[in-house]
Amino acid sequence: MTDILRVEHLSRKFGEKLALNDVSLTLKKGKVLGLIGENGAGKTTLIKHILGLLTAQEGSVHVFGLNPVQDPATVLANIGYLAEEDGLPSWMRVHELQRYFQGFYANWDQAYAEDLREKFRIDRRARIGQLSKGQRARVGLMAALAYRPELLLLDEPSSGLDPIVRREILTSIVRAVANENRTVLFSSHLLSEIEMVADEVAMIRDGEILFCDELDAVKQSHRRVTLSFDETRSAPPNVPDAFCWEGGGREWRCLYSGRTTTIDAAAALVGARIVEQDWLTLDEIFLARSGGEVSHS
Amino acid sequence: MAQQEETSAALMMRVVQSAGTPLYLQLYNQLKYLMASGRLQPGEELPPIRVLAEKLVLNPSTVARAYRELEIERLVEKRSTNGTFVAEAESPFAEAEQRRILIDRIDTLLVEAKQFRFTTPNLIALLEERDALLREGERVR
Repeated sequence: MTDILRVEHLSRKFGEKLALNDVSLTLKKGKVLGLIGENGAGKTTLIKHILGLLTAQEGSVHVFGLNPVQDPATVLANIGYLAEEDGLPSWMRVHELQRYFQGFYANWDQAYAEDLREKFRIDRRARIGQLSKGQRARVGLMAALAYRPELLLLDEPSSGLDPIVRREILTSIVRAVANENRTVLFSSHLLSEIEMVADEVAMIRDGEILFCDELDAVKQSHRRVTLSFDETRSAPPNVPDAFCWEGGGREWRCLYSGRTTTIDAAAALVGARIVEQDWLTLDEIFLARSGGEVSHS
Repeated sequence: MAQQEETSAALMMRVVQSAGTPLYLQLYNQLKYLMASGRLQPGEELPPIRVLAEKLVLNPSTVARAYRELEIERLVEKRSTNGTFVAEAESPFAEAEQRRILIDRIDTLLVEAKQFRFTTPNLIALLEERDALLREGERVR
């Protein structure tokens, strides 16, 4: 079985609101998928379907080849989940939490849990409710890793955390993938983090997958292109798949999503020369793709 | 071997996200630079992919891609032990890379000289003057 996760034509309505619309994606073993999208785009709704907390209204969700709603015990025993709101029992002490989880997960590795706890410098006797947000995130991460789950599901794990904890989370992802061939799905609004650790990126907007591809391919197909014209123009030219025009006179710059050969031809067609081409950061790609249609018109 | 890994100049690399340049390309460029400048010596072992990935907090496939691109250009070679080593033979690519680095610097120098209204013969004379001073072992100002 190579597909750890397979979502097919998943749609979900909350009342009249379409929260997910025909979402399909697959995640192969050992890969890291970064899920990007604005708040309310449907990221958490999608993750809840994967956890089996929501039933698919249309389409299907399979995790490890199983339906997470029908087979929650097996599925959840192999998913490590960390969310922005940790939901850990605040009245427990750290070592009590470890014991609690130990009873819960057959694969719980107490030595590894202790290893992580020490690395994160958490007092084993500390009460969870009295820990800082960063410390609580570390406890959550310890709890999500210590039973060595097949799939790590991280929903905005770095939200509101300081750079040190964020780095620890990212390092844990890299370690889980590099050393143990785990599979990771994580959503973040910090796209630079996704760019660092993801193999694949899926962008979700208004419940729809806008694109889902390898990070390299996404980077390859988006660029900033500067065109130079022989004569000044008062408006940008009409080039397919080019948006966010800026500039004026003889030089106009756009963000472009498509094949290099196509923009070459398109530029020639409007009588322009490409004088500069630059890579875009994932942030810029996200902006371009979410605002693209607005500024295009 | 573990010690060698920890001291590799490759572990000193940094990547930046603000540039937009794909991260594997940044690694590839920096590794080439380290080889051309001698900070990575022929025959030296590069850090294992997972070690470098963890150090830089990057997806291992990003590091693997950088190594693969270098391997295609025969700047590094995989050995049976699974390690990746800087190629022993003086590669024509290394020389080309050294030229590229020098050309970059020279171009910057030429542009500045032009702004200061220095002619190219003046610049060459200055280069020779500095070279002579360096060879005498004198401290450069």
